Amino acid sequence: MVRLVLRGQVYEVRGGMTLLSALQKVGILPNTVIATRDGEMILEDEILRDGEEVRLVAVISGG
Amino acid sequence: MKCRKCGQKAAVNMRHHKLALCKDHYLEWLPEQTERFIGKYRMFGREDKILVAVSGGKDSLSLWDLLIRLGYEADGLYIGLGIDGGTGYSGTSHDFALQFANQHHLTLHVVDVQMEVGQPIPVLAEISQRGHGKPCAVCGLTKRHVMNRIARDMGYSVLATGHNLDDEAAVLFGNTLNWSADFLLRQGPVLPEAAGLARKVKPLCRFYEREMAAYALLRGIEYIYEECPHAEGSTSIYYKGVLNRMENDHPGTKLNFYLRFLEARRQGLFAEKQATTTSLHPCLECGQPTTAPGRCSFCRMIERAVPASVSDFSSAT
Repeated sequence: MVRLVLRGQVYEVRGGMTLLSALQKVGILPNTVIATRDGEMILEDEILRDGEEVRLVAVISGG
Repeated sequence: MKCRKCGQKAAVNMRHHKLALCKDHYLEWLPEQTERFIGKYRMFGREDKILVAVSGGKDSLSLWDLLIRLGYEADGLYIGLGIDGGTGYSGTSHDFALQFANQHHLTLHVVDVQMEVGQPIPVLAEISQRGHGKPCAVCGLTKRHVMNRIARDMGYSVLATGHNLDDEAAVLFGNTLNWSADFLLRQGPVLPEAAGLARKVKPLCRFYEREMAAYALLRGIEYIYEECPHAEGSTSIYYKGVLNRMENDHPGTKLNFYLRFLEARRQGLFAEKQATTTSLHPCLECGQPTTAPGRCSFCRMIERAVPASVSDFSSAT
């Protein structure tokens, strides 16, 4: 499984799908987060592999 | 996805621009665009002394970083709001602002609201009529007052804030839903200087919030990630959510909404209202410009909330 972590909440999806598909599957709007893997930013077409952890940085703040 | 400029692996994809860039080219592109917007909207020039309002968040620290990289003379202003929320929010945000200033050997002015008026923002909001149940109104009024005072008293010709496109689109959305003509008239990348009022500029107003977060991450700027505890459930965040759902289905919606508004205003959509704008005069208490007779909104709020501190505050200014 692939772990997606957003503000401490963990979502799990199966490997082999793109980041875009993974975000859609767990109900996160892609334009509200930035995804990083091993400290590097990754884009929506990136294929996620089993065992990986993707950190999602929320980009929306109040003001 | 490949960088359009060099073909290397892209780090940022901007669907609304149909543009993907690698880290290096993104960190070139964003300052270039910032400089373009500063010039396009005639925000300021090389001779100006700029005061950047920094909150410790990604936008304001990135703005400060950009202005320094572009060679402008820019100092920072941090306003301690006294918001804890169980996470030490203000203390942490101050730490990030100070850390950035120290790392880059920059001047950071610090104003503590409690030291100035006797109470922190959450208490002011509790006891004043204006803020009861909505501390954001008290916070905004206080920040505008302090920012203008520091800019005026310390000789800064320009006050720059880190408002991004998502902030501007959300405000515009709210003002349009409410047909707030006065606010629509005043919204834009530049609020010109007036007697006693510093020129206010928003150099990031055409960058998506996501683009600014990407810039901060790629530049290694450390910022406060936690949300202000009072922002939860706020109308502005709700509007941002609505606009992001539209943006997801139709890339470019937010940028188009904002730019078309600026164009409509430029063409005189609000001209009739502009002719009836009320004149400003100095507040009897603090001397800052106000449209209200007598004292300004800030001084009236402080008097109601902290009766004993008004004279102390006035003498401190």
